[in-house]
Amino acid sequence: MAVPERAARTGAGETSQRHTPEWVAAGRELLSPSDVHRTVARIAHQIIEKTALDSGDADAPHVVLMGIPTRGTTLANRLAAKIEEFSGVRPALGSLDITLYRDDLRSRPHRPLERTSVPDGGIENALVVLVDDVLFSGRTVRSALDGLRDLGRPRAVQLAVLIDRGHRELPIRADYVGKNVPTARAEDISVLLSEHDGHDGVYLHQEAQA
Amino acid sequence: MKHLLTVADLDRGTATEFLDEAERFEQALLGREVKKLPTLRGRTVMTVFYENSTRTRVSFEVAGKWMSADVINVSASSSSVSKGESLRDTALTLHAAGADALIVRHPASGAVHQIAGWMEQWAREENRAAPSIINAGDGTHQHPTQALLDALTLRQRLGDVEGKRIVLVGDILHSRVARSNVLLLNTLGAEVVLVAPRTLLPVGVQGWPARVATSLDAELPGADAVMMLRVQAERMNGGFFPSAREYSINYGLSERRLALLDDDAVVLHPGPMLRGMEIASAVADSPKAAVLQQVTNGVHMRMAVLFRLLVGTQEVAA
Repeated sequence: MAVPERAARTGAGETSQRHTPEWVAAGRELLSPSDVHRTVARIAHQIIEKTALDSGDADAPHVVLMGIPTRGTTLANRLAAKIEEFSGVRPALGSLDITLYRDDLRSRPHRPLERTSVPDGGIENALVVLVDDVLFSGRTVRSALDGLRDLGRPRAVQLAVLIDRGHRELPIRADYVGKNVPTARAEDISVLLSEHDGHDGVYLHQEAQA
Repeated sequence: MKHLLTVADLDRGTATEFLDEAERFEQALLGREVKKLPTLRGRTVMTVFYENSTRTRVSFEVAGKWMSADVINVSASSSSVSKGESLRDTALTLHAAGADALIVRHPASGAVHQIAGWMEQWAREENRAAPSIINAGDGTHQHPTQALLDALTLRQRLGDVEGKRIVLVGDILHSRVARSNVLLLNTLGAEVVLVAPRTLLPVGVQGWPARVATSLDAELPGADAVMMLRVQAERMNGGFFPSAREYSINYGLSERRLALLDDDAVVLHPGPMLRGMEIASAVADSPKAAVLQQVTNGVHMRMAVLFRLLVGTQEVAA
């Protein structure tokens, strides 16, 4: 199910103000490039420990990492590589665009769809780990759960995020958290990954210039 | 974007976005147990067809239903249109009944623009949002979603549309598909060649962004795609060619002509096909023919169009 990535065409979501160099320079660094690297490695270890995907047991779950575009997919890719490096087992990878499942479609500007792909073998009876960069209100995760339901029936669903910034509006929590960052509502978090932004880092901003 | 009335409104960037988005919908539906997305839940889409149609009406209906919209089909023969209700009253009635989008096909060129105009005026007077109007074919004028799905099919088969030579063959005069395709393919950077008997070329065709030729045999070698058009007998009020047999000999895509095409060339037909006249049966069923791929793309393209027109902040901003 190799669907060619069209970086040039899918770039629409990448141009948001959140990731311009000036904006980043004005923010406070929460995670440095090496912090991001270490955090991803730690989450990979935790996933291996919690899912026992390397146990060789016939009952061990089939683990599928589903990234939520754009940066969640990139993080899922990195996690899969780390998990393979540490355990010798490569989990299946997919990505799940939640645009079509959002509950605020009427009140937001049109946004183009992102890539959705389901790994060969699907997610039926698998242990699905949803991967996203920032956990905030929980509405994205709620949409992703709805999306997953249409793809099949996983055995269980877990959630891995790089940053949990609080302010939940739904009863949702993450199973794997890179860093908890208590934030004010007026603040914003931007996660930069070298695949999209040239370098890794997590920054905190006041949302003043909006 | 509020309405989709003509491909002339689409610049290259927007047209490409539609093609990309349709492909994303295809991916989003791939390998899915449940082909149903909640995206347009609570929205009402009505198709209003004053002319018969299988492909366009069904694919709009499927597209709407796969996105959870409530889809209602109105056909002229089974509605009050057959009692003499005017176009304006029918359109206003359907909007008053709660349509968020009206997908309209009409035998008169410009009728769909007219409806959009009435709706905008009505919305201003009532201070309410007008429904989105989508042109599903008006007379010999435009059929924008057909042109978009054709462009998508060409892009999938040929890798890109830009720089490709596309030959449109047949009844150019009566064809909204030809008009839409010439404009859109030109916008996307393709070279368009029209092949037709002189009697089936419209007045002013010299002003179109396309080259006109009369010999099909001469144009087939080197063509990247051949788009056959249906001979629209229902629009013909006289003799445009001596006989179906002669038309077929001069402009039909026979097996002999298929052999003139390059190996990776593709054959398109918007349907319905008149097998044996415009296109030989063996050609229509050959691997070069993309007719059914066009239909599948039609569903994804119409999903993309409904998504683009019905989702967003326009109503809040108004």
